[in-house]
Amino acid sequence: MNVTLQVWRQKGPGSPGAFKTYQVDAISAEMSFLEMLDVLNERLVNQGEDPVAFDHDCREGICGSCGVMINGRAHGPQPGTATCQLHMRRFPDGSTIVVEPWRAAGFPLVKDLVVDRSAFDRIIEAGGYISVDTGSAPDANLIPVPKTVADTAFDAAACIGCGACVAACPNGAASLFTAAKIGHLNLLPQGHAERWSRTERMVGVMEHYFGSCTNHGECEKACPKEISIDFIAMMNADFLRAKLANRRLAAQYR
Amino acid sequence: MTTKTETRAPLPVEFYRSAIGKKWVMAVTGLGIIGFAIAHMIGNLKMFLPPVDGVPDIDIYGEALRRLFVPILPEHVFLWILRTGLIVLFLLHVHAAYSLTVMNHRARPVGYQGPRSYVAANYASRTMRWSGTIFLTFLAFHLADFTWGLPPVAPETWERGAVYANFVATFSRPPVTVLYVTASLLLGIHLYHGAWSMFQSLGINHPRFNRARKVAAYVTSGVITIGFIAPPLAVALGYLK
Repeated sequence: MNVTLQVWRQKGPGSPGAFKTYQVDAISAEMSFLEMLDVLNERLVNQGEDPVAFDHDCREGICGSCGVMINGRAHGPQPGTATCQLHMRRFPDGSTIVVEPWRAAGFPLVKDLVVDRSAFDRIIEAGGYISVDTGSAPDANLIPVPKTVADTAFDAAACIGCGACVAACPNGAASLFTAAKIGHLNLLPQGHAERWSRTERMVGVMEHYFGSCTNHGECEKACPKEISIDFIAMMNADFLRAKLANRRLAAQYR
Repeated sequence: MTTKTETRAPLPVEFYRSAIGKKWVMAVTGLGIIGFAIAHMIGNLKMFLPPVDGVPDIDIYGEALRRLFVPILPEHVFLWILRTGLIVLFLLHVHAAYSLTVMNHRARPVGYQGPRSYVAANYASRTMRWSGTIFLTFLAFHLADFTWGLPPVAPETWERGAVYANFVATFSRPPVTVLYVTASLLLGIHLYHGAWSMFQSLGINHPRFNRARKVAAYVTSGVITIGFIAPPLAVALGYLK
C-alpha cells in the first residue's frame, strides 16, 4: 500500500519546525506504524537525507517509549493501542497521515517527533514508590489484599508513562498519569504508610510542569492501557484528605 | 531530636493555591450557583400562577424575598446576606476559572500544528470558558433590565416591585426574548458539562453511581434551561399578558 506522510521536522529545540511531505510507497499493510517509519528512514538515509527521529524501544506496547500524534489523535485512531502496535491496515490505501510530536510545556521537543518526558520522572521521584527495608523476599500473599482492590490497583499500574494523556488533553494536564501512579500505590496496603505525603507531593510536582484537569475525558480515550478517569476522581478525593488528615494517624482514614 | 515540618500557609490558602484545590472551589461554587439557579427558576415559574386578590403571585413572592426573616431581621437584610453569598460564589468561580485557564495556556505554549481530532471532549466541555464569560456579560444586561431598571435596557414602564408587569414589558420586545432564550441555552450548555464535571472534581466516583451522575447532571441542566425559557416564551407568544 501507499501512503502520504506529513511529518513534523524540527532540527532541535530552538529551531523552527514545519511539516514535510513524504510519499511512502510499496509498504505492507501488516507493518506497524513504526516499521513504516523505519522504511521511510532507510529510504531517507539512502538518499543522504536526515532520518526522522522518533522514540521507540520494546515495540510490543509495554515500554511507553513510542507515541506520536497521528491524524490529531495520540497513538492514532485505534483505541487501547500504542503507536508501535498500530498497524498500517488501519489506514486506507493512499491516505494522507499527519504525524506530529506530543505538544506540552512539560514535554520539551528534542528533535522531530522526539520529546523529553523527564517531567514524568520528576513526578515519580516525588512519591511514586514505597519505602521499604530491603531484605529477603517476603512470602507471597503475606499481606492480604482483596481481589477487587488488587484488580483496581493493577488497572492503574498498567500505565506505561507514554505521555498520551498529556498529549491528548486540551489543557496539557498530566492528571491521568499522576492519578494512575498515585492510585496504584494508595490502593494497596504497602502504599498506605506514605499515602498522604505521596498524594500531596506528586500533585505538587505535576502542577509545576503540567496543566489542570477540566474533565474532558480525552486522556482516557487516548490511553493505550485504557486507564479510567475514575482514578482522577480518586486523586482529587485523596488530595483533599491529604490536606486534612492528621498525619500522626498515617493512612488510617479511608 | 524533633523534626520540623516546613512552614505552610493557612490550610485554605494552601489548598486554593493548588490546581486541584481550585477545581474543588470551582465545583463547590458551581454547586451553589446551580442551587441559586434552581431557586431562581422556580421563582420565575410563579409567572404562570393566578393572581391573589388582584396582586400577581410573583409580585407577592418578590416582596416576600425582601421581607425574609422580617420579624427577626430588618427588611432586606437577609436578602442582602444571600446576595453577598451569591456574589462571593461568582467571584470565586470566575477567579478559579481564570487562573486555571492561565495555567492551562502555559501548559501548551506551542499548540498542535495539524488538525486535532477529539474523541471524548464535546462542544460543551470545550467552550466552558466562552459560555461562562458570555453568560457573565449577559448577567450585567439582566441586572440592568430587572434589578436596576436602567433604560434603554429596562422597558420604559419599569417600576420597582412590579415584577409581573416588568416581566411582560421586557419580553414584549422580541430581540430581548431572543437574547434571554439564547443565554438560557448557553447556561444549559455550560451546566451540561459543569454539573457532571463537578462530581469528578469532588472525587465522587463509584461504579454503581457513575451512570447516575451523568443522568443527574443532564436532567439538572435540562430542567434549568427549560424552566428559564418557558416564562419569556409564554410572554412572547402572548400566553401571558
